[in-house]
Amino acid sequence: MAESSIAIRFFASLRERLGTGEEQLPAEGLACVRDVREQLQKRGDEWAEMLGDDCVLMAVNQAMAREETPVNPGDEVAFFPPVTGG
Amino acid sequence: MIRIQSEALATEPVLAALEGDAPAVGAVCSFTGLARDLGDQSGVQSLFLEHYPGMTESAIQAVVDEASQRWNIHRTEVVHRVGEIQAGERIVFVGVSSRHRQDAFEACQFIMDYLKTCAPFWKKEITAAGDGDWVEQKASDREAAQRWADSDGL
Repeated sequence: MAESSIAIRFFASLRERLGTGEEQLPAEGLACVRDVREQLQKRGDEWAEMLGDDCVLMAVNQAMAREETPVNPGDEVAFFPPVTGG
Repeated sequence: MIRIQSEALATEPVLAALEGDAPAVGAVCSFTGLARDLGDQSGVQSLFLEHYPGMTESAIQAVVDEASQRWNIHRTEVVHRVGEIQAGERIVFVGVSSRHRQDAFEACQFIMDYLKTCAPFWKKEITAAGDGDWVEQKASDREAAQRWADSDGL
């Protein structure tokens, strides 16, 4: 399953508002982080709003990423708000 | 060493490990972050800290590696709590040992400043009623890290 899909993860306020922390998304047609983000935003107003926020940070395989960062089947893509540790 | 833990943070053994390298080192500098009694809103009773297991550790390691490039440091210890944290408890500890104090002072501050803006942790303030609000990133924290970037790019 992991080979044909991309693992998606959400943290903190995104996880709570979207009601999910982790899911698998079919990798077909997803070439970069922007594709993943846009596909998820089509799910409804809440998704469009939360993922459309300019402040949202993105990571691919646990390294910070940009919209144009490529994604491949088996990758892990994460979306989260600005960090507030320490 | 970098440790993320849900249990209480004891600083004594970590400081002992740092001082244990003497006389090879002549300076130990550390920072301890505590949960204040009031957060950014009144009525806050405790904090909840979420993190991204795996990425959090590697993000902190990258900051420690960068500090090791910039300063002559011997050992670094970073411990960060996650989960529920009561007011007054320790949240984070950063300790650095070096031959001379200047390296330990500056590297400790550098690691702490970047940890706050680069490591994936998120803080929620829990009120007595059990409600919670996610804390917003502060501009002053971004500026603190930016100061180091301006002095020499990261």
